[in-house]
Parts: sequence; structure tokens; C-alpha cells
Amino acid sequence: MDGNRRYAKRKLLEEGAGHDVGAMALLNMIIYCHELGVKYITAYAFAIDNFRRKPSEVQKIMDLLKECMTVLAKIAKHHPIKVNFAGNLELLNTELRDEARNLMGATAKYSKFVVTICVCYCCTDDIVHSVEESCREKHYYHCYIGDSHDDDKDDERPIIKLVDIEKNMYMAVIPDPDILIRTSDEHRLSNFLQWQTCHSLLASLSTDWPEIGVWHLVKVVLDFQQNYDYFVRKRSLA
Amino acid sequence: MKSQKWGSSKMESERRVLSFFIFKWASCHDALLLIGGDMIVNILLRLTWHLLHVTIHLFYFAINIANALESHLISKGLLRRYKSLHISKLQYLAIVIESEDCQTSNVIELLQWLADLGVKHVCLYDKEGILKKSKDFILEKFDGATLFQENDVLLDQSLMTLEFASFSDGKEAVAKAANVLFMKYLKSGSTSSYQGEQIFTESQMGEALKTVGGNGPEPDLLLVYGPARCHLGFPAWRIRYTEIQHMGPLKSMKYGSLIKAIYKFTMVQQNYGK
Repeated sequence: MDGNRRYAKRKLLEEGAGHDVGAMALLNMIIYCHELGVKYITAYAFAIDNFRRKPSEVQKIMDLLKECMTVLAKIAKHHPIKVNFAGNLELLNTELRDEARNLMGATAKYSKFVVTICVCYCCTDDIVHSVEESCREKHYYHCYIGDSHDDDKDDERPIIKLVDIEKNMYMAVIPDPDILIRTSDEHRLSNFLQWQTCHSLLASLSTDWPEIGVWHLVKVVLDFQQNYDYFVRKRSLA
Repeated sequence: MKSQKWGSSKMESERRVLSFFIFKWASCHDALLLIGGDMIVNILLRLTWHLLHVTIHLFYFAINIANALESHLISKGLLRRYKSLHISKLQYLAIVIESEDCQTSNVIELLQWLADLGVKHVCLYDKEGILKKSKDFILEKFDGATLFQENDVLLDQSLMTLEFASFSDGKEAVAKAANVLFMKYLKSGSTSSYQGEQIFTESQMGEALKTVGGNGPEPDLLLVYGPARCHLGFPAWRIRYTEIQHMGPLKSMKYGSLIKAIYKFTMVQQNYGK
């Protein structure tokens, strides 16, 4: 969701106002995706690297996150949407973390439309976190089956497999995306889902995030459909 | 707030447009159902969809012709903007090629173009590892390069260094590195099972990946030669901040397009999250 600050500068808005419009654009995009029949939508709201921004800006984004949680909680009361928060939630303050967990718990029973907000997330941190979880699991297994410090018993030592790493990732809650959209004419992933986008269309839009609309989404979906057979073939060979 | 009012009026107009089309579709749908049932509706919808995609296909065909013309002008040096490339900004270039299109003659020609432009370090990636299997042939036919060694530092040198990678150097390498870390964890005797406690850092993961041969340099630019802009599983640990450009199929590669892609990269400014 790039371009909030550029948008605010261009429209001569006060500092932080770009993020307000960006938050509205995200809520709009969730509605457009729902109406178009998309089942999973994931948004990169806050990266671990973003903590290096000015404290006032970080606080602004946290406040907006809280407002979005409130709006999503109200929507979830009337529409069956599941909300996930993916990332290292321990880096959030207690109030936000508890609110996020409550919202996830309250909407866990739904599955028809899933909204995932990535907060305090970056892909390399997700990989390290999942390796840690896999080590803890295998360590428990290792203790359970007894002492395997004997070097002759290498074949009994538990081994971490790729499937263990993938199931322990923050993003394991949803399937890999078909399309990844980045706005503001940026052409890199910036440590977002590079593990999960092996067979995804990477779409780059020149518009800033606050100005994204339904026709941008339609255009990207049509581009994906142009190469649909190719992506299906790639996924089936994986 | 001004920004919120603007945002909500934009949303309102877009919702009206969307609702208009859904209503129109629903009205036509109901009318057609009255005439001839679901089958006619489905056939007409399919035809409309196919017609839309034919139009898009023709549009992109026209775009490709324009790009081919521009590429021709760039390669003849007629567009002043692209005459001077700050190639020193491009320390490490990765090229992702769709395995189904891996013609070694095209790959060698591409490497020659890169050598002429002054690119010193290149990683060739294809998912199935076809280029890896042909590396001896490629190095023999393209005599301006040596094989990249794990501990090579990216220095300026007369010969290009070439690295060959495939899908097994990505996710599978991470699994191997995880086992290296797991063995260290077991040997350390640590019994921490507290969920939130950090056991490893990203730099430890990077070191473990180096041990298993899965952590080469991070490319500055990644060029994708294939039908769609997709990195096809290039090692995730290495493309955190890499610029990714789509170049089209390898068989229709153009020298001018290569210059344009490198030029666009040299103009980019990254904030790294700040």
C-alpha cells in the first residue's frame, strides 16, 4: 500500500492525512474484492522496518490500525468475514495486541471471505520465526523419543522438513496469493511474501494507494486471466 | 476531515458505478432467463468475456509493437536519455528465465549483451535447473565469464562472474539451513520452549544458509524473461529489496529493452521502510 505520504504531499494535506485516506482505500478495496468474488485479501499494513519512521507517524499508523479493527469488528457482526492479523504481534502494545487477538477469535468460525492484515511483518522474520517454531516442535519430539545424543543414531534424529517450516509461518493461515499488487510504480517486494509468491502475478500500478479504485482491481484481474493457464500449469508442477 | 470527505465521495461514486453494472447485468440476466434459460445466459456471458480478452490481447499487441520500436531506437542510440548508463549502480544482476523457454543460444546472446554493457556479476535462475545442467556448455561457449564461488566478493574484474541457481536453492535450502540451526540448538542444551522467546536471529539464519550454499549476494535487479511478471521461486532470502522488471519471453528479447530496464533501475530511490 505505497504512496500515502506522496499523495498527502501532492494534495497539500497535513502530515499523516495520507494514511487516513489510505485506510479508507483499504476498506474500499476489501468491499470491492468481496463484490468481485475474491475469497482472500491480504494487506501489508505495517512492516517491522517501518518502526524506523518518525515516532509521530508510527503512532498515527497504530491509531489508524485500532480504528480499522473497530470498523472490521462492526462489519463482522453483520457479514461473515474472517479477520487474521499476521506478523510478530508481540511488537505491538498490549491494547492493540489484545484487540487483534479478540477480533481473530470472534471471527475464527467464518471462512467464506478472509481478510488478513500483515502487521509487524516481514518475510525474513516470518521464515526465522517458523524455523524457531519447527525447532521447538522437533525438540519436544526429540525429548519424547528419548536421548538421541548418541551419534550412531543419526537416522532417528528428528529432521525439519519444508512442510514443517511452511505450516509454522504467520502466513500459513491462508493459501498463497494468485496476485500481488503494489502501488506507486514500485517494482520490488520489500520483504513482503517473497516466499509465498513463487507462482503469483506481481502487478505494479503507477497510482498511489489512496487513489486506487475498482477499475485498477478489474484491470489487474483481467491481466491475471490473460496468463491464467500459465499460472495453473506452474502451480500444478510445484 | 478534507481527506476523509474526498475519500468517501470517491468511494460513493465508485460504488454507484459498480452497482449500476451489477444492476444492468442483473436486469439483462433476468430478461434472458425469461427468454431462454440459463444456457443462453451462460453462452452470452462467455462470449462477452472472450471478446473482452481478445480486445485486451490486441491492446497489448499494439503496446508490444510500440515497445519494439522504442527498443530499436534505443539500441541505435537515437534516444539521448539512454545513452549514458550508470552501470556501476548495478552490482549484482539476477535473470529469471522460464524453464520452458531456456534456449542456451538466447542465454549466451543475452550474456554477451550484458558483458558489452559492463555488467560484472550475473545470476542465472530457472525453476527446473535446466541452466544449471547446461552451465559447462554455457561457460564454454561464452568465454567472457567464470563461475561464481560461494565466498567471492563482488569486486570489479575483467571477467564476468556467473552464478547458476534453481528452485532447490530457495525453499529447500532454507529447510537444510533450519536443520543446521536445529542441530546447534540441540547441542547448546537450551530447553527454552517459551513461545515468544527468540532463539535465532536473521543473521544466524543467513550464516546457516551460507553453510548449505544457499545464500549468495542479494541482486539489485531481477529481470524476468517469461510470459508473466513472476519470480518463479527465486531464493526468497535474497530478493527482499530487489527491483523486479518483466522483460517478456526470452525468444523475443531485445537489446534496447535491456538498456531501458537497467536505466529505469538506476533512477530508482529506495527508502527501506523509512
